[in-house]
Amino acid sequence: MKLETRILETDILVIGGGTAGCYAAVTLSKEEKNNIIVADKANIKRSGCLAAGVNAINAYINKGYTPEDFVDYVKKEAEGIIREDLVYSIAKNLNNVTKNMESIGLTILKDSQGEYVTRGKRSIKINGENIKPLLANEVNSKKNINVLNKVNIIDYIMQDDTIVGAYGFHIEENIFYVIYSKAVICTTGGASGLYKPNNPGFSRHKMWYSPFNTGAGYAMGIRAGAEMTSFEMRFIALRCKDTIAPTGTVAQGIGAKQVNASENEYVKDYGKPLTITRLYATVEENRKGQGPCYLKTKGISKEVEEELYKAYLNMAPAQTLKWIEDGSGPSMQNLEIEGTEPYIVGGHAASGYWIDVTRSTTIPGLYAAGDVAGGSPKKYVTGCFVEGEIAADAATEFIKNKKNKYISQEEINSKAIYLEDFLKDEESLFSINNVEEAMQKVMDEYAGGISKNYVFNTTRLHIASEKIEELLVISSKLRGEDMRELLQIYEVIDRLYVCKVLIVHLLSRKETRWKCYGENADYKEKDENLLKYVNSIYKDGKVQVVFRNLVKRDEVYEH
Amino acid sequence: MSIKIDPQKCVGCGKCLETCPGNLIFKNDESKAFIKYPSECWGCTACVKECPVQAINYYLGVDIGGKGTYLNTKKDKNLLHWHVFKPNNEEIIITTNEAEGNKY
Repeated sequence: MKLETRILETDILVIGGGTAGCYAAVTLSKEEKNNIIVADKANIKRSGCLAAGVNAINAYINKGYTPEDFVDYVKKEAEGIIREDLVYSIAKNLNNVTKNMESIGLTILKDSQGEYVTRGKRSIKINGENIKPLLANEVNSKKNINVLNKVNIIDYIMQDDTIVGAYGFHIEENIFYVIYSKAVICTTGGASGLYKPNNPGFSRHKMWYSPFNTGAGYAMGIRAGAEMTSFEMRFIALRCKDTIAPTGTVAQGIGAKQVNASENEYVKDYGKPLTITRLYATVEENRKGQGPCYLKTKGISKEVEEELYKAYLNMAPAQTLKWIEDGSGPSMQNLEIEGTEPYIVGGHAASGYWIDVTRSTTIPGLYAAGDVAGGSPKKYVTGCFVEGEIAADAATEFIKNKKNKYISQEEINSKAIYLEDFLKDEESLFSINNVEEAMQKVMDEYAGGISKNYVFNTTRLHIASEKIEELLVISSKLRGEDMRELLQIYEVIDRLYVCKVLIVHLLSRKETRWKCYGENADYKEKDENLLKYVNSIYKDGKVQVVFRNLVKRDEVYEH
Repeated sequence: MSIKIDPQKCVGCGKCLETCPGNLIFKNDESKAFIKYPSECWGCTACVKECPVQAINYYLGVDIGGKGTYLNTKKDKNLLHWHVFKPNNEEIIITTNEAEGNKY
């Protein structure tokens, strides 16, 4: 198959039109001189993590609390491995971006005095079913933003270690894109689908995180030699069994306790009730034969049950359908819970690009925001907005007095030929799905997946590393029939790159800092000498590790 | 977790395939939408809400407890009516209002 090459030029390219990307684009558009392209492999109306909606704003500074409190909380939850400077910059702006979202139509629950109704110290209640269409409408209404839906970006265009744009392709038409830009903001989200999921059969995509967030932004950065941080802080969610729907609405919303099969409240037996403890305690109860574990909802009123049905329809409709399908709702039966497979994500954990406080990566002209940006766990939706805003302001400043740079026709042709190779009319021995399943099996068995109670050791990780390398070689021989299959090939290749880097990170943190997220059976305790960031740079085919000292909240870190 | 599109009801408007965040929906030779990759569906219901004629039914896979119940939606200004149809033909309607915050 021959691809038509289409060359575009802009000031700033935003890769991914999800939570952070849309907010970045709207912020960029305020500078009228900026010409902006937003490229998304789907359609920004429902792409990214918020496709079904979101039930609460979980990063907000409620009355009586301060941004400093927020940083303290995140630091405690992550056992010290956070970029305090980044988290602080987020904390200071959480309430502003929330106000902005309300002004474009987001419904926030208020009491009779007109105050937001809170859920704990850092949450407010909303109706976020339509949050993505609201954001997309804003983006689409700006004259200086050109949205390219169904265009998948695959790699950065580099010149003398500086970014000058990105390559991509249309997922329906046979078009290869070369997009020149003076700066790029990467907002592609984290990576799901690396490990064998909870439901490996027909419902394999019924997972916590968007199955379409394939780690593309990480992979592009890795291949371009950008520094990455904290991949070894994996994220594992505690979710409703089968539907993998959120538990917070029930646990924090109505205050339901976690109980085991004997209806004993078990979390307190495992230490302070941090996010990780609630998960680890559940894994341990199951391992000891004391499961299944539940959120104790039996006995709630029918009125509360009806409100739960609505709340879940507004973010994870499968759970409401499940209750109806079961013939008995949460008032009649407890809600079974389980841990998910591990994900790599910068919105809940800290995995992502190593950035400075302006969200500049180590590649000049490349910015990262949202789940693809590292160092600041628990940023969630509002933190992604703040990062999008900060990156947009920095990129606007960066492009001043800069001109677009271009690459040679030979270089463009060689990338087009590289893509066309995947579309050759040949049959490959293994299918794309075969390779994806093989990768998920390797990661599950040798890099601490669900079947191993999330635990790994050095020997297993070395086996994982070898097998992922073999799969990378095999993946280069995959063949697709059309552009949609080319997308799938790229998704599996990108995931393999993320796995490759993840394994090196897991090997490098020779301690167990976090139960489940990073539990190394060879090093079962915390090592205070490892109160450092594990960073990596991919260079000359090798993932090189750099340990960096912690950055405090008032420090100014520069690359 | 997936959807089924009723070809009798589908009017071929293409809104579902435009919006699906996984690019999983296509049109057949008769211009009717169908899901080409049913096991890749996240279950977000974006397509269900886009469909102007309630042709898209959302159901749970049997591996996660599905027994044949399905739902679709009808929008009426701020209101979204979720119609749930059980295998015994019982219909349940739950209405959410985008102007009202969730209580939990």
